[in-house]
Amino acid sequence: MLKIWSMILQKKEQQKAENAEGAAGGKKKKVTAAQLRVQKDLSELSLGTTMTTDFPDPDNILSFILYVEPDEGMYRGGRFSFTFNITPNFPHEPPKVQCREKIYHPNIDLEGKVCLNILREDWKPVLNLNAVIVGLQFLFLEPNASDPLNKEAAEDLRLNREGFKRNVRSAMGGGSVKGQTFDRVLK
Amino acid sequence: MATAEVYPASEPERWTYLDRVRTRAGPFTNPDAFDGTVVAEAVENMKILVIGAGGLGCELLKNLALSGFKNIHVIDMDTIDISNLNRQFLFRQADVGKSKAEVAAKFVEQRVKGVKITAHNCKIQEKDEDFYMQFQIVVCGLDSIEARRWINATLVNMVDEDVEDSYKPLIDGGTEGFKGQARVIFPTVTSCIECQLDMHAPRAAVPLCTLASIPRQPEHCIEWAHVIAWDREKPFPELDKDDPEHITWLYQKALLRAHEFKIPGVTYALTQGVVKNIIPAIAATNSVIAAACCNEAFKIATNCAPSLGYPDANYMMYSGNDNIYTYTFRHEKKDDCPVCGNLARELVVDPAWTLRELVDSFAVRPEAQLKKPSIRAESKTLYMQSPKSLEEKTRPNLDKTLIELGLANDEEIGVTDPAFATVSFKFKLKFQKSE
Ligand SMILES: [Zn+2]
Repeated sequence: MLKIWSMILQKKEQQKAENAEGAAGGKKKKVTAAQLRVQKDLSELSLGTTMTTDFPDPDNILSFILYVEPDEGMYRGGRFSFTFNITPNFPHEPPKVQCREKIYHPNIDLEGKVCLNILREDWKPVLNLNAVIVGLQFLFLEPNASDPLNKEAAEDLRLNREGFKRNVRSAMGGGSVKGQTFDRVLK
Repeated sequence: MATAEVYPASEPERWTYLDRVRTRAGPFTNPDAFDGTVVAEAVENMKILVIGAGGLGCELLKNLALSGFKNIHVIDMDTIDISNLNRQFLFRQADVGKSKAEVAAKFVEQRVKGVKITAHNCKIQEKDEDFYMQFQIVVCGLDSIEARRWINATLVNMVDEDVEDSYKPLIDGGTEGFKGQARVIFPTVTSCIECQLDMHAPRAAVPLCTLASIPRQPEHCIEWAHVIAWDREKPFPELDKDDPEHITWLYQKALLRAHEFKIPGVTYALTQGVVKNIIPAIAATNSVIAAACCNEAFKIATNCAPSLGYPDANYMMYSGNDNIYTYTFRHEKKDDCPVCGNLARELVVDPAWTLRELVDSFAVRPEAQLKKPSIRAESKTLYMQSPKSLEEKTRPNLDKTLIELGLANDEEIGVTDPAFATVSFKFKLKFQKSE
């Protein structure tokens, strides 16, 4: 069955023999395409002054934490953290990103799920980690009421921008808004 | 002519015509690879996977079942839509809304006695390497480049040079209107789908910033309307791509933007095509391409004749646009293919070197010339120039020797440098003590 394979393998063996004097045996460790791509994305990351990263296990670059500290907008003065989990299918699949704190934001729900188009329906393999972190940063500068994940917050923002700002401040301080208590994220 | 005792002894009449090619060598048969007494049994015992149960998939399942394959799996996440019924002939009106994989499997099982078809109603990405490892041949009838690239990369990554069974031939069929192609990929041996990406007209995979600030093509304007304007204005609670009112809204938005940037070519039909990612489907084209794919599967499984892919031509294109035209050629493997071509180059190093010496050496090596290299091994981050936190955590490694870092002869390392945004390098360490 499939004898073609023995022929192909023979040819490969020949090529190998021609190229080198034969490699030593043993299972060699190969760098995967996903790892190499993440490595490339990380080395091109531009974090600026408002973002930092933390790699709990530096040998596992597929899992890390991003800190965002907005220096303008209504979320200024806060420190928000997101877990990044990247699957071996990256970049065919977007990274899985989740906010670790419970915050009051129209595009982030109380479980930390983030509504950002490039993390879901608009993810393309040509996008990179930089695109994702720029997107996250943008969410804090321009919370978007028309694409809500936390509908109450979105409505609040749409109907009463000043009131929404006050609620954001109080939630960031660890207070409660509309019956929900939020995590303190002020630096 | 003497009749040899051949398998199967049962149902000889049913397989009369198939047995003429399964049991006798033909003019192109390689006598070293073909044994007519065992072919039928071998094919029956072979597990073959069909990816996609749509236009091509229906044809493929029927063809394979009638070609003597008896253990077929089919995977498709889609459900049957009324618009499929004109060409996806395994489905009936009563099946609308049901799983394509399940209905197709059941239909063919009922019509072709003795064939077992296992349906998987899910995304191909939900299955892992163990799942794909159980098959001897994978046949694709997909309409998305994304899914093709995924299965291609998966099959290439599964290759273990020392295990013959880890090489899964991939047969890929595709159609667009009156045009189509059938190709065979022997992962890591012949040109892969990633190598051949230039054969596909690129479909809008445009960075959002381009859409937002510098549209150049009518498709950019449509995508802008679709991705940005729609979300911003939400004219309807949810985009229904089948609702003409919604498409009209997108079309008008795209048209305004196209005027603003003086880009011609935005039409209603193009809007619909871009938004729905429409690939026009023609039953006859599917039928021609699926037949070609099934033929390749049969040839690979039986060795009755040389298949595409080895040793020469691997790509058959078909066009029925103006007349019938086919052309079969060899698409070359690309050395810089990110999936199969980026093979590790050998790098001679002294195991007593510190990592710093290795990092510095990349700047002067003529084959690399990297000023700011970041380096990782498969399970160890050796040194990353950025981000800052990772640089700090890996900096102590710079003063350790390669041995101390646990690196071994023949181990692969990945090297990236921001100056070479489009490429990354793989090297295979070759330990050599310097005198
Ligand atoms: Zn390739």
